[in-house]
Amino acid sequence: MADRIDEHPILGALEKGQTVKFTFDGKEIEGYEGEPIAAALKAADVMVHRYTQKEHKPRGIFCAIGRCTDCVMIVDGVPNVRTCITPLKAGMVVKTQYGVSAEPFDKQ
Amino acid sequence: MKRYDLIIVGAGPSGLSAAIEAAKRGLNVVVFDENEKPGGQLFKQIHKFFGSKEHRAKVRGFVIGKQLLDEAAEAGVSVVLNATVIGLYQDKEVVVKMGEEIKHYKADAVVIATGAAENMVTFPGWTLPGVIGAGAAQTLMNLHGVLPGKRVLMLGSGNVGLVVSFQLLQCGCEVVALVDAAPRVGGYGVHAAKVARTGVPFYLSHTIVEAEGDDCVKGVTIAQVDEKFDFIPGTEKHFDVDTICLAVGLSPMSQLLKMAGAQMEDNPKRGGQVPICDEYGRTSIPGVFVAGDVSGIEEASSAMIEGRMAGVVAAEYLGYTDEEAMQSELEELNKALDGLRQGMFAPKNRGKAIEKTEEGIDISQNLLKNGYVADDEIERFPGVTHKKGVHPVIECTQNIPCNPCQDACPKKCISIGNNITSLPIVVDNSECINCGMCVASCSGQAIFLVDEDCGDGTATVTLPYEFLPLPAEGTKGIALGRSGKEVCEATVVSVKSAKAFDKTNLLTMRVPKEYAMTARFFKVM
Amino acid sequence: MNSVNDRSRDIGPFVPAPDDDMLICRCEEITKGEIRQAVHDGMWTITEIRRYLRAGMGLCQGQTCSRLVKGIVAKELGVSPAEIEPATSRVPMRPIEMRIFANEAKEDD
Repeated sequence: MADRIDEHPILGALEKGQTVKFTFDGKEIEGYEGEPIAAALKAADVMVHRYTQKEHKPRGIFCAIGRCTDCVMIVDGVPNVRTCITPLKAGMVVKTQYGVSAEPFDKQ
Repeated sequence: MKRYDLIIVGAGPSGLSAAIEAAKRGLNVVVFDENEKPGGQLFKQIHKFFGSKEHRAKVRGFVIGKQLLDEAAEAGVSVVLNATVIGLYQDKEVVVKMGEEIKHYKADAVVIATGAAENMVTFPGWTLPGVIGAGAAQTLMNLHGVLPGKRVLMLGSGNVGLVVSFQLLQCGCEVVALVDAAPRVGGYGVHAAKVARTGVPFYLSHTIVEAEGDDCVKGVTIAQVDEKFDFIPGTEKHFDVDTICLAVGLSPMSQLLKMAGAQMEDNPKRGGQVPICDEYGRTSIPGVFVAGDVSGIEEASSAMIEGRMAGVVAAEYLGYTDEEAMQSELEELNKALDGLRQGMFAPKNRGKAIEKTEEGIDISQNLLKNGYVADDEIERFPGVTHKKGVHPVIECTQNIPCNPCQDACPKKCISIGNNITSLPIVVDNSECINCGMCVASCSGQAIFLVDEDCGDGTATVTLPYEFLPLPAEGTKGIALGRSGKEVCEATVVSVKSAKAFDKTNLLTMRVPKEYAMTARFFKVM
Repeated sequence: MNSVNDRSRDIGPFVPAPDDDMLICRCEEITKGEIRQAVHDGMWTITEIRRYLRAGMGLCQGQTCSRLVKGIVAKELGVSPAEIEPATSRVPMRPIEMRIFANEAKEDD
C-alpha cells in the first residue's frame, strides 16, 4: 500500500483496522477496514472517482468531509455514494461512476 | 417526540464546550453531529496552539480534542454521531437523519455550532482530481494516514494555508510553492517562517493561471497579479505537481439559522452570512444560541470559549443558573476571550495593514512579502540579543496573543509581561541553562538556543525539529537560513527528545561561528 | 428601493468574457457565462438563478459554489456581494435519498 504514512512525527503510528480486500472496477485492492473508501483508493493512487454527466469530466476527492459530493462512486450497486465518508468493508464492490451509471458513456 | 432541555448541533470545539457548561449546570443535553467521530476539525490540528495557559496554549489541537471529549463524558453529555441535522423548525423542533430514518426532537433551547465551510476559487482545471481543499489534505494525512500528494502547491497564506503546508512537509510531501494573490502573508509570521526556512518559496501577489492535466493534476502555472488582481503577462511560472491545495478562507455554515428565521446579516468581517447575535451568542430567536465559526470565523481557541458562553447563557435562559452567577461566569470567559482577540491579527484589525508593533518597532516587510524575517531585520526585535555562552534567540516579531515561553523557562530568562501580545524579551543578566524548554514550548517554533562562539571557530544552534527520520548525532548536512537557502555546512551535535517537549525534538547543529545568527534549519544531505 | 430590487435599472448588455466557460457549479456543471447571461435574462436573485439554471441545486446543494455564484451575480449587477440575498434555506440541509427523507421513525427512542 503506497502513499501511506507509516510513522508520523507528531501522531506516531496511526491506529488502523484490519486489512481487507475490495474491488475497484474489478481490480482487487487492499485497504483498512473502517477507513473511508476514498482514503483506501487514494493510497492505491486512484485519482478519478467519476466522470460528470454533462461534460464527462473527471472528478475525485475535493473536500474529503462529505460536503462537496465530488467523490461519489457506485458502491455495491448504489450510485452517488460519498466515498470520503463511507467506511470501507471487506468485499465492497466499488466502481467508477459515469453520470449516475456504472456503464461508461459509450455503452449507456 | 423526545424532548431535551438543550439540543446542540455540532460536536466541534464550540458545540462540545457549550454542552459541557450546560450539562454541568444540570441541563439534559444532547449533541448531534453528522460525522462519524466527534471533535470537529480539532483532531486534524497537530500543531501547538497559541494563547496562554487558560487557552490551553502549547497543547496540540488533537490533544485538546481528547481533553474536551473526556470532559464532556464526565459532565454526562450525550453525543450522537452519524446524526445529520437536516432542519430546524419553529418552536425549536430539530429534524435529524439517523441511519435510514428521520427523527424529530424538541428542545427548550438550541445551540447551533455548525462551524464553517471552505471557500474555493476558480481557475481553468480547478475541477481536476488532485485539486483539493486544504481541509481535505488535513483529513487525509492527519486522520487517515494517507499522503494527499507527493508534490504540492499551496494556494493561500492565511493560517490554514501555512499550517497545512507545514503539516504536508511533516508527513514527507514536497511543497513546491506557497502562493497568494494578496501582497502580504495573511497568517502569523511565525507560521510562515517555519515553512519558509525549510526551503518552501513564497509567491505573494501571485495566483494560479491554470491547473494542467487530462485525468488528474500534472502541473500548475502561476503568475504575478497587479493591484487589480489581473495577471501580469510574462510572469508565468510552471511547477510539476500532483496536488494543488486551496486554502482561501472559510464561510460560516449558518443555513440552519436562516431556516429557523433568525435575523441574519452579511458581515465580511465575520466571514459572510452570520446570525445577528450578542457577544454571548444570543440570536434574534429567544432560546436559540450560536457559538464558534458559524457566528464569525475565528480560531478553535476562541470557539471553545464562545461555546462555554453559549452553554452558560442557555442554562440561565432555562433557569438552571441565576443571572448573578451567569454574569460572573461570563465576565471570566470574556476576559479569556478578550485575551485571544488582541494583537495584530485580532478580528478588529482584519484587513488593516499594520506597519509597527505595539512596541513601535517596524514590522519586517520581508516577512510579509517572502515569509521570513531578513537577516538584516532580525536584530531590531527585542528577543534577539547577544551574549556569551548559550542563550535564547527569540524570533517572535509580531504581536500575537501567546505567552507559553515566559512560563517555560525555569530560570525566568524570558519575559512577556502582563500584556499577552507583547514581544518576548530576554531578561537582562538572566542565566540560560540550555534546557530547551523555551524552544519546545514556542507554538510558533520561533525560539533558538544559540552559542555564538564555542571558542573553536564554531557556533551551535538548537532548533525545534518536528520531522522524521531524526538525524543521528554526527550527521553532516546543510544549514539553511531563514529564507530556506543554504548558508553553510552543518553537523548534528545532538537530538533531544523528551516527554516535556511534546514531540518537538531539539536538534543542535554545529556551524562555523559566522553563521550563528543566520543558520536556522538543518537539511540532511 | 435598493439597487438590487430596482428591476428597471439598466445593467447594460451581456458582454462575452474570456472566462465565460469557467465551470462554477461543480455538481450541475453550470458555467460563469451561463450565470452572467442569466442575470441579463432578468434573474437578479440567487433563488431565481437556482431555479433558472439549477446552479447550486445539485447533490451538494450549493456548498461549494454559492459564494462564487453570489460574487458573479453581484459583479454583473454592479453591487456588493453583501447586498445579494442568499438562497432560501430549506430542509433537508444535506443530500438525502427521498426514501429516507420520507421514512419517519415510528417510535420515540
